[in-house]
Amino acid sequence: MNQIVHQLTADTAGELGLGSELEFELAGVERPLAFGQQFTDVKSDKDAMIKVAHGTTTLAFKFREGVLVATDSRATRGNIIASQTVKKVIEINDRLLGTMAGGAADCAFWGRVLGMECRLYELRNRKRISVAAASKILANVVYRYKGSGLSMGMMVAGWDERGPGLYYVDSDARRLENDLFSVGSGSTFAYGVLDAHYRYDMSVDEAKDLARKAIYHATHRDAYSGGIVRMYWIHKDGWVAYPLEDVGELYYKFHPEVPLTNAADSPLTLASA
Amino acid sequence: MDAQFAVAGKDFAISVTDKTAASSIVKMKHNEDKTYELTPHTLMSVSGEPGDTSNFSEYIQGNVRLYGVRNLQELTPSETASFVRGELATALRSRRPYQVNMLVLGYDAKAGDASIYWIDYLAAMAKVPYAAHGYCGYFLYSVLDREYRPDITLEQGMDIIKKCMVALKTRFLIQYSDYTIKVVDSAGVRVVSMDDI
Repeated sequence: MNQIVHQLTADTAGELGLGSELEFELAGVERPLAFGQQFTDVKSDKDAMIKVAHGTTTLAFKFREGVLVATDSRATRGNIIASQTVKKVIEINDRLLGTMAGGAADCAFWGRVLGMECRLYELRNRKRISVAAASKILANVVYRYKGSGLSMGMMVAGWDERGPGLYYVDSDARRLENDLFSVGSGSTFAYGVLDAHYRYDMSVDEAKDLARKAIYHATHRDAYSGGIVRMYWIHKDGWVAYPLEDVGELYYKFHPEVPLTNAADSPLTLASA
Repeated sequence: MDAQFAVAGKDFAISVTDKTAASSIVKMKHNEDKTYELTPHTLMSVSGEPGDTSNFSEYIQGNVRLYGVRNLQELTPSETASFVRGELATALRSRRPYQVNMLVLGYDAKAGDASIYWIDYLAAMAKVPYAAHGYCGYFLYSVLDREYRPDITLEQGMDIIKKCMVALKTRFLIQYSDYTIKVVDSAGVRVVSMDDI
């Protein structure tokens, strides 16, 4: 009896039978988790052979017209900026988006697995998966690897029969539903802007302005966030992606009092005559 | 850092949990319900490792409800608490035990009395008239020892709950802005608004 119910409770979409076909190979020692923990370092505060990339600002919020998702695009390894053009939004299908924070490989891999499970759900049940069920699949799949050193903080956003949906799922297998989330090292800065100006009845343009400002201010103060602002709007017929905006250019847009200087005009530049 | 405590009278039990879902230094949610209704007359509040709390609680909730459907009779609060403790004790010696602390509150219709079972992550269980988990216990057990009498009414129970909240507000470093308050009695489980106490 317990086994039957465990399947049904541990797994919202019970007949998906997650677990049999999806197995990660663990170290062939007596305690594989402890063995792995010797070499991995999720919190990056001590020396370890495998360090997990960190540092991000991602946000998403529900509003009158749907869900707005925005991210920065910087990837860091230690003090080094590894890339300024990372795509931290995973397009799971035409109605579902995921955001990545934490270990890039973990997020990308499990985001892809989630995409596969969502497609299988559609084929089996002849209807689209709800955001609640999709996020629950992700939470259940990472729960099986809890303690093995996964590092991810993802948001799953979309639109289903219940309207706009937004969930937060992390590598602790914590799963939360809310109107507003921000994840990553820059999230505290983004929350500061978002909490002060968020209203449910915003228009799409107002929502975009808020998300852009929140990401911009996070990249301004958080050294591990930067690059470009990537924004998506999810409405009842799917998501749309907006043109990328460089936070360096946004600086001069948001601070018009700072003049763009030209080296040739500087008094420090020697006259070429 | 969760707030979790409960008080029981002769025919009612009151559960209090905070509503915050925290991750590191960030409050990610301000309206999280940390209680699970297992039967129409049994309530379980949980705290501890995120992920484990919801996973274990949903597993317990599913099995307890299945028992009710299969046998056309619900488990009593003491039976429910024993089941919870048993499942936790079995998992305790597994590769990765559940790190979950619980309070099982219930009203036994046949016996006509209410009870609280305190269960910690090591699967220790105790039937108690009032209980708390975590840091809350350090502040609240003295208040509860002082104020509690076995013959309290629901109103007096709510007064004790209020005194507990005041104690946390004045002395605990962490400020809880809101609590989920639920009452279990012969009528079942109901939510009580913070404004009504």
